[in-house]
Amino acid sequence: MNHVSHAAATPVIVINDLVKQFDRFAALRGVSADFAAGRLYAIVGENGAGKTTLLRLLAGLTQPTRGTISMLGTTDLRSICRQVGYMAHPSLLYDEMGGMENLRYFARLYGIQDDEHCTRTIATVGLDPTLSRPVGQYSQGMRQRMSLARAMIHNPEILLLDEPFSNVDNPSAGQMTHLLTELRDAGKTIFVVTHQASQLEHAADEFVHMEAGLITRRTRELMPTETP
Amino acid sequence: MSAITNIARASLSKDLRLEWRSKDAINSMLFFALLVVVIFSFSFDPTAEESRRIAGGLVWVAFLFAAVVALNQTWARELRNQVLDAYRVSPAPANALFLAKALGNFIFVMVLEAFMTPLFIVFYNLRALGPAYQLLIVAGLGTWALVVNGTFFAAMSLRTRSREIMMPLLLFPISIPALLAMVQGTTAILTADFSAKFWIVLLTAYDVVFTTACLLLFDAVLNAE
Repeated sequence: MNHVSHAAATPVIVINDLVKQFDRFAALRGVSADFAAGRLYAIVGENGAGKTTLLRLLAGLTQPTRGTISMLGTTDLRSICRQVGYMAHPSLLYDEMGGMENLRYFARLYGIQDDEHCTRTIATVGLDPTLSRPVGQYSQGMRQRMSLARAMIHNPEILLLDEPFSNVDNPSAGQMTHLLTELRDAGKTIFVVTHQASQLEHAADEFVHMEAGLITRRTRELMPTETP
Repeated sequence: MSAITNIARASLSKDLRLEWRSKDAINSMLFFALLVVVIFSFSFDPTAEESRRIAGGLVWVAFLFAAVVALNQTWARELRNQVLDAYRVSPAPANALFLAKALGNFIFVMVLEAFMTPLFIVFYNLRALGPAYQLLIVAGLGTWALVVNGTFFAAMSLRTRSREIMMPLLLFPISIPALLAMVQGTTAILTADFSAKFWIVLLTAYDVVFTTACLLLFDAVLNAE
C-alpha cells in the first residue's frame, strides 16, 4: 500500500487502500492518496496503469474490491453525485440528437429546466448552441467539447475527465485547457486522465503518476521524459 | 415523486424522438409481424368459427415475437457511446428510466397492434361475438405485461455476451401466465363461449405484481457490474 499526500488544504478526496480486481487482474493495487480542493490534477501513466479505473471509482460507476473513497466528507458517493461531473473516453452523448437536445436531456436529469443555462454551457465550451446537426456528425474536437459541456452542465465541484484531448487538434486542446484553468481558478477540483500530459504542462497543479495499479509519485512539474 | 415524473417524461420524450428519427424498432416489428400474418394465412385456411378459436393464439404469438425485436433494441442506444454511464452518474432515480423505457416500448407495441389488428381481421375474417371493447382492455394489459418484463430482462441481459438470445430465454417462461391470460381472454371475447373477466383480473394482478417488482429491482440491475 502506498500513501501519497500532497494536499496542503483540507482534502476534498481521500482514498484509502483502494483495490479494484477484475477477476484475477488487479487494476488498482492498494492506492491511498488525498487531493485538495480547487486544484487541477493530471493523472498520467501508461495504458493499463489504472487511471481510468480510478476515475470510474471516483465517479461511483464501479465499486472497489477493497478500500474506501471519501469525497466531500462522505463515503456515500451517490449522495454527492450532484457535486461530481464525469466525462468518459466515449462521448456519453446520443449521436442522433443535436448538441442542445443532448444537453437539455442531461440537464433534466439534474432537475435543471432552464434552456438558457444549456445555451450558456454550450457557449462556454466554445460551441454554437444553435447548431442543429446531430452530434454524430460533429468533428471529434466538437464532440469532446460537447462531452465536457455535458459533464459540467450541473456546475459540479469536482470534474473527472478521461482523455479530454484524445483526437483533438492542438488549438482545440489549447482552448479546452484554458477553460479548465478558468474552472480551477473558480474553485473547482479537476482530475484529467491523459496521455497528452504536455497539454497541461503549464496548467496542472500536480502530475499524479500511476504505474501498474499504484500511484508511484506526484510532482509539481511534468517529468522531462514525459514531454513529447 | 415529481422528480421521477419529470425525468421519466424527459427520457420518454427523448426515446420517442430518437425512434421517430430512426424508426428502427417500429420498422423491424412491423415487418416481422406482417411476415407472421402472411405465413400463418398461407399455412391455415380456417373457417370463420375456427378463426375465432385460434386467432387469440396467433395474434399474441405474432405480437410477442415482434415485441422481442423492439425490446432487444431498447437499451442498444444507451450502450452506444456508453450513454448509460451518464445516467448512472446523475442523481436521476433508476426507476424513472425504467418507467420511461417500459412506456416507450408500450407505445411502440401498441402502434404495431393498431397497424396489425385490421390485417388480422381481414386475413382471418374475424368478428367478435362477445363484448368487443374488452379486447382493448386485454390488449392494453397484455401489452404492458409483455413490455414491463421485456424491458427489465433486456436490461438484465445487457452485459451478457448473447443478449439477443438471453432476453427471450428469460422473458418467455415468466410471461407464460400472462400469455395464457391474453390468449384465453381474446378467445373468450371472440367466441363468447365464456367470460373474459377472470383473465382480465389475472392480467391486472400480473401487471401490478411484475411492475412493482421491476420498479423495486431495477436500481440493482442498472448498477450491476
